[in-house]
Amino acid sequence: MKPPRFAYAAPESLEEALELLKEHGSEAKVLAGGQSLMPMLNLRLLKPAILVDINRLPGRDRIDEAEGMLRVGLLVRHRQAERSPLVRQSLPLLAEAVRQIGHPQIRNRGTLCGSVAHADPAAELPAVLAALGGQVVLRSAGGRRVLPADQFFLGFLTTALEPEEVVEELRLPVAPPRTGAAFLEFSRRAGDFALVGVAAQLAFDAAGRIAAAGLALTGVGGTPFKAASAEALLRGQAPSARLFAEAAERVREEVDPEADIHASAEYRRHLAQVLTRRALEAAWRRAGLEAA
Amino acid sequence: MAELLERKRITVRVNGREVEDEVEVRTTLADWLREGLGLTGTHLGCEHGVCGACTVLVDGQAVRSCLMLAVQADGTEVRTVEGLAGPEGQLHPVQQAFLEHHALQCGFCTPGFLMTAVAFLEENPEPDEPSIREALSGNICRCTGYQPIVEAVADAAGRLRAPARAAG
Ligand SMILES: Cc1cc2nc3c(=O)[nH]c(=O)nc-3n(C[C@H](O)[C@H](O)[C@H](O)COP(=O)(O)OP(=O)(O)OC[C@H]3O[C@@H](n4cnc5c(N)ncnc54)[C@H](O)[C@@H]3O)c2cc1C
Ligand code: FES
Ligand code: FES
Repeated sequence: MKPPRFAYAAPESLEEALELLKEHGSEAKVLAGGQSLMPMLNLRLLKPAILVDINRLPGRDRIDEAEGMLRVGLLVRHRQAERSPLVRQSLPLLAEAVRQIGHPQIRNRGTLCGSVAHADPAAELPAVLAALGGQVVLRSAGGRRVLPADQFFLGFLTTALEPEEVVEELRLPVAPPRTGAAFLEFSRRAGDFALVGVAAQLAFDAAGRIAAAGLALTGVGGTPFKAASAEALLRGQAPSARLFAEAAERVREEVDPEADIHASAEYRRHLAQVLTRRALEAAWRRAGLEAA
Repeated sequence: MAELLERKRITVRVNGREVEDEVEVRTTLADWLREGLGLTGTHLGCEHGVCGACTVLVDGQAVRSCLMLAVQADGTEVRTVEGLAGPEGQLHPVQQAFLEHHALQCGFCTPGFLMTAVAFLEENPEPDEPSIREALSGNICRCTGYQPIVEAVADAAGRLRAPARAAG
């Protein structure tokens, strides 16, 4: 028997789940896909008194589009997002990022909201949220609040989520026309958490200039690194290999990764530069404007 | 309000047979299958999600049974490696292909690979090699070097298609 002792509830409505969290606060943990929480329980890194299993909440597995935002519900699993024609069409960056999360067995269970709540510095989705300026909808028995990505991710496995709250929904702006995107990462074994990953999206104006750039990296700090100054450098410019190399150089200068058992700081910085350049070039290519 | 439980009664269809049991809520699906039902074909390697040895199918989807609680399987249909062979013991086409391609040596990883491959081939009857490799990426084998496993899965895809072709 691996996990520590806990009491378990599987509420059948969100209201009930929120009541339980309100009553038990930091004693309780939400169980979503379990793909991060169960390993921590099995290793006894966590000993919550209560598990609130949200897998039986009805109608919470929807992906839809409203007011220019793609909305990903509480129980949408990685596999579902990966296969969704709506995601592929409205937000190719998200589709490509989700495909790179773990392995098929992990994606069959893991949820997008869970991944964002967990906030692993190597996780793909926080970087996608940061690159696109997405929002996290938090819900408690007391009400709802909506936080932009940069106010939600606070540090290593640390977010603005309060113990009585759940991540109810993710909101991501739908890609405008004339957009190309790429999510590239480097990992030592296929499917492992990547050493460094880059989320890049470029939107072009009618003249073929870069109208908007979204760029964020995983694996170079405790939170996703939003490459704001590289984005500013790209904005308004005509795309070229040289411009992308310059933006990648800027990223290299500004990231401040730490060394760990997986890679030295210098190697991570190198990956950040190379992957940024490649991701920007791929985004440009995929926008299909090169010939113009 | 939803009740807080330490033990719970569950009903699960396991390899086509309906099973009812009472479990401690912290029991993983893997431990319940192995210790509760004696289905020790599902192996436990790492018990934290990285090796894939414990892969079973829950409602047709390959999942890590060490990362699911038995109570979460309540009301589902679970398939384990014991459910693959036919009633007379005739091997499933994927098992037969593993045997013929020497896709196992010590056999510890095999149940996980078989269940992963079965789910994959049910969804992708005509896979190419890169997609086979990606499908198997979550399973670790310390013996074979993977090559024979990839070949067995490709061969099994052909075997599974053949009866369908013959029938129609
Ligand atoms: C072998 C392996 C490889 C993996 N590789 C990757 C990878 O490459 N990239 C990657 O991003 N992830 C990876 N993962 C993790 C996977 O993506 C998880 O699915 C994800 O991190 C957590 O989602 P979950 O739904 O499984 O959450 P759980 O494991 O159920 O929960 C994780 C944490 O978030 C909290 N939580 C979950 N949902 C909510 C919610 N809606 N509201 C509030 N709190 C919530 C839980 O209380 C818990 O603290 C991997 C996991 C494994 C086992
Ligand atoms: S025992 Fe479940 S993944 Fe290793
Ligand atoms: S056959 Fe020994 S681990 Fe795969």
